[in-house]
Amino acid sequence: MGARSRRRARGQTCGAQSGVKDWPLWEVFLRARGGLSHRHVGSVHAPDAELAVRHARDTYTRRSEGVSLWVVPSAAITASDPGQSGAMFDPADDKVYRHPTFYTIPDGIGHI
Amino acid sequence: MPSLPTIAPEVEARAAAVLHPAPPPEPSHERAWEYALRLGDDALILGQRLSEWCGHAPALEIDLTLANIALDLVGQATSFLGHAGALEGQGRDADALAFHRDVLDYANCLMVEQPNGDFGQTISRQFLFSTFHHLQMEALARSADPTLAAIAAKAAKETAYHAEVAADWVIRLGDGTADSAARMAAGLEWHWRFVDELFEPADAALVAAGIAVDPPALRPAWDATIAAVLAKATLATPAPRRAVTGGRRGHHSEHLGHLLAVMQHLPRSYPGAVW
Repeated sequence: MGARSRRRARGQTCGAQSGVKDWPLWEVFLRARGGLSHRHVGSVHAPDAELAVRHARDTYTRRSEGVSLWVVPSAAITASDPGQSGAMFDPADDKVYRHPTFYTIPDGIGHI
Repeated sequence: MPSLPTIAPEVEARAAAVLHPAPPPEPSHERAWEYALRLGDDALILGQRLSEWCGHAPALEIDLTLANIALDLVGQATSFLGHAGALEGQGRDADALAFHRDVLDYANCLMVEQPNGDFGQTISRQFLFSTFHHLQMEALARSADPTLAAIAAKAAKETAYHAEVAADWVIRLGDGTADSAARMAAGLEWHWRFVDELFEPADAALVAAGIAVDPPALRPAWDATIAAVLAKATLATPAPRRAVTGGRRGHHSEHLGHLLAVMQHLPRSYPGAVW
């Protein structure tokens, strides 16, 4: 439940109406074209999932950016701890042999 | 050469009538342009009205929702008014019709010119109008006028979204807090007297020619949708009341003049201005 304990603080004031609680935050994922995967594009506030999709549509697809949307409650995301990023990510830095760049590609192969 | 029997003129006339039926009387040109004008004015005035929310909506996301709807409507207005200008044949384009007519020449219905009020009032107007507008655009997409049909086919996708998002909010506000339910009910109450005007019959000749949609035919579907959404929203359908009409004939409420003053100020102060 570590991520939940870091859930975004609620109860911030919203707009000019002080005392109004913020709606929950939703992360927005957008598929730009058929065949591509959904990519994270930002977030919206919305009172529920259905309106979050509508808000995502109105905020992130106004210029024909996508063909499919996902919204996920931000509180449902479990994130890695930035304080632990050294232990998490640094060990991979000196293991360049994990990149598939040490193979000899025969001349006859164009695009691989 | 074989001789053919003589065909009596009246028999020939009867056969000709079967083979080449007389076309229905052409709907007058004036009526056709008035019809396109009315469609354009509804969209233009509501688009302008909604755009007043820009920067003032309860949340950033709603600001965008309302502005998107407003832009869709202004786009529809541009198409309908452009077509109206072409039908009129006096050289007036969409801009001339939008910015250089006075309040008495506007043919929009009274509902779209009503003030925004609070968010509940705005949403109730959007819900009542967009539900109607969507039914109208779906039917108009089958118009015998190919230009009207093309504009309506594009608009129908936009109005489907407008009607859905408005219904979503009606349900959430109606079935929300005591305050939000009271505001929704007050918004519906405000607009209910303008509902009957939406369903005033269109010009009979245009309807017969398959050019215009006859609004009374849309009423049962509209009633059913409104009732279903209000039931979900736990809101009562407002009691019937005496209808206020006259917008189609240029008899507008005081609100339209103020709206036009803001909308038309720039092109009238600087005719032909471009940027």
